[in-house]
Amino acid sequence: MAGLPSSTSLSAAGIRERVRARIAAQVVQMRVRAKHPSDFLFRGLTTIFVIAVVGIVLGIAWILVSDSWSTITTFGLSFLTNSAFDPVHNVYGVGAAIFGTMLTSAFALLIAAPLGIGAAIFLTDFCPLYIRGPLAFLIDALAALPSVVLGLWGFLAFAPWLQHSGEPWLQLHLGFLPFFQGEPHGLGILAASLILSMMVLPIITAVTREVLAVVPIGQREALLALGATRWEVIRHAVLPFSRVGIVGGVMLGLGRALGETIAVTLVIGNQATKPSLSLFDTGYTLASVIANQFTEATPGLFYSAVVEAGLLLLLITLITNILARLLVARLGRSRAGGLA
Amino acid sequence: MHVEYQEQPPRSSTAFQTRTTAHTLRRQITNGAAVVLTGVFALVGALFLIYLIGYVFQQGSHFLTLPFLTEAPAALGEAGGGVQPAIVGSLVLIVLASLFGIPLGVFTGIYLAEFGRASLASVVRFMVDTLTGIPTIIFGLFIWVLVVVPSHSFSGLAGGLALSIIMIPTVARTTEEVLRLVPRELREASIALGATESRTIWSVVLPSARNGIVTGIMLALARIAGETAPLLLTAFGSAFGFTSIFRPLAALPLQIFDYTLSPYDTQIHQAYAGSLILIALVILSSLAVRWVTGGFQLRRTGR
Repeated sequence: MAGLPSSTSLSAAGIRERVRARIAAQVVQMRVRAKHPSDFLFRGLTTIFVIAVVGIVLGIAWILVSDSWSTITTFGLSFLTNSAFDPVHNVYGVGAAIFGTMLTSAFALLIAAPLGIGAAIFLTDFCPLYIRGPLAFLIDALAALPSVVLGLWGFLAFAPWLQHSGEPWLQLHLGFLPFFQGEPHGLGILAASLILSMMVLPIITAVTREVLAVVPIGQREALLALGATRWEVIRHAVLPFSRVGIVGGVMLGLGRALGETIAVTLVIGNQATKPSLSLFDTGYTLASVIANQFTEATPGLFYSAVVEAGLLLLLITLITNILARLLVARLGRSRAGGLA
Repeated sequence: MHVEYQEQPPRSSTAFQTRTTAHTLRRQITNGAAVVLTGVFALVGALFLIYLIGYVFQQGSHFLTLPFLTEAPAALGEAGGGVQPAIVGSLVLIVLASLFGIPLGVFTGIYLAEFGRASLASVVRFMVDTLTGIPTIIFGLFIWVLVVVPSHSFSGLAGGLALSIIMIPTVARTTEEVLRLVPRELREASIALGATESRTIWSVVLPSARNGIVTGIMLALARIAGETAPLLLTAFGSAFGFTSIFRPLAALPLQIFDYTLSPYDTQIHQAYAGSLILIALVILSSLAVRWVTGGFQLRRTGR
């Protein structure tokens, strides 16, 4: 049984076995340590490459801080609240962009989290085996879809549809909510959020599936033996066990949503309106600020402001991702990254 | 642990009968509803993908002709023309990215699996995992600041560098995982025959992990083939053919991005046609990866 802890009893035979293995390992190590010149070369080469990788990571942080230093010192915290990106008066701020980043990501998760978790539950526990493969492949393939393709569809097909049909319908039926008020533009926060939700859905599904898969089979069998239905097994045995990991998966999705650039840049409208809760408004995200402004960035404060937008994006996504990985890793599996 | 369906002590046998059947029915309905609901949820993503590919196909398939693949873009607003420079540019970028990204990734993976002492290796592993989570536009911004701004020119080289950083974590972590799966006995046999450490890794460990490493590289290539954001800040795109890696370079995703915003119908349809190529590339490579990993896992469980 997968769920039972392996019995590491302290019997004499067990200890002897372990000591023998330990000695064998040391013998191999000793033999390995008697080095040939080529070993030094190989190790040296490997070390150089590893130092390069570490250097890239540290270099990114260093460059982004040093090149945005002039806006950090000039504007300080007002950079985070001010919404202007005004080269004429040389005033810069990313308030609207931070707000837009948070709003689009939050709304995208609101849609994608239930969909993704539900899909994962279906795939691991309910799904007949012969559909599982194709269905899982299709959802995984969604993650591989280039974001520019989603942006193309969003800009040319989805946003016009939203403007003429989707948003007026929402306004008619849910217009009393603050989210669905104002002029329908098509391009805007709503379009960006919906497209983002489709982009993070496969990540949440994939991580949740992995997390559900490590729930010991004994947990499920115990409840089934008590006469529980399959949903009750999920509800009372599987979900409580994997809650932390699922939250981690949702946060990994959040990390993707926060930093998504091209699809969002194409559909969000890239105009900062007065911050309101309306999802019909056009907006900005940190990533779309960079994509929109870098061509015009003149040396000086403008350039520095673009880099600081990147620095802020880096900080937000780093914190999200590290937290997410800690949550997923708590379940003893640390291979949540590397989903392509 | 609360298990509500257990706590019903039977009072009289008839009461017990009716209550359990009603109760059981309710539980069965809940169960059925859960199955249907989660099934619908699972279908949403799958159907969206099918719809999207269908839509792109319908819009773009007529424009996916041989001249489209072999000709340079036509003058603005004119019909015809193709994306040949963009395809060549994408290939150049992929080669450049592989040139830096594969050695960096593979050797980092080797370090993590073979040499890393626990504490130092975990620092490196943390750094590599960190790279996975960073939005790709940050890599573009990094290379823009580091290469493009000082040299006053967008360039294919800068694009390749930005893409190579994206490759590193995927290649490194797959390599590490695969090397860990190589059985100890193989290493021991090699050492017992008097091979040096580097010889063992190079001629015994790496070859037996080849499939897995190739899988990692293919995953990474599939990932960078569709990237647009980092290229926007580095390779920038160009209407002309490839001449030098020190000049702005066209790429298929960039071309699609440009054409999306185009007012001309032809270019919009060409954007869809280009997307079809990109989608086909990505789906084919992920099918190929599935095929290779399938074989790989079979062999793994077979021993």
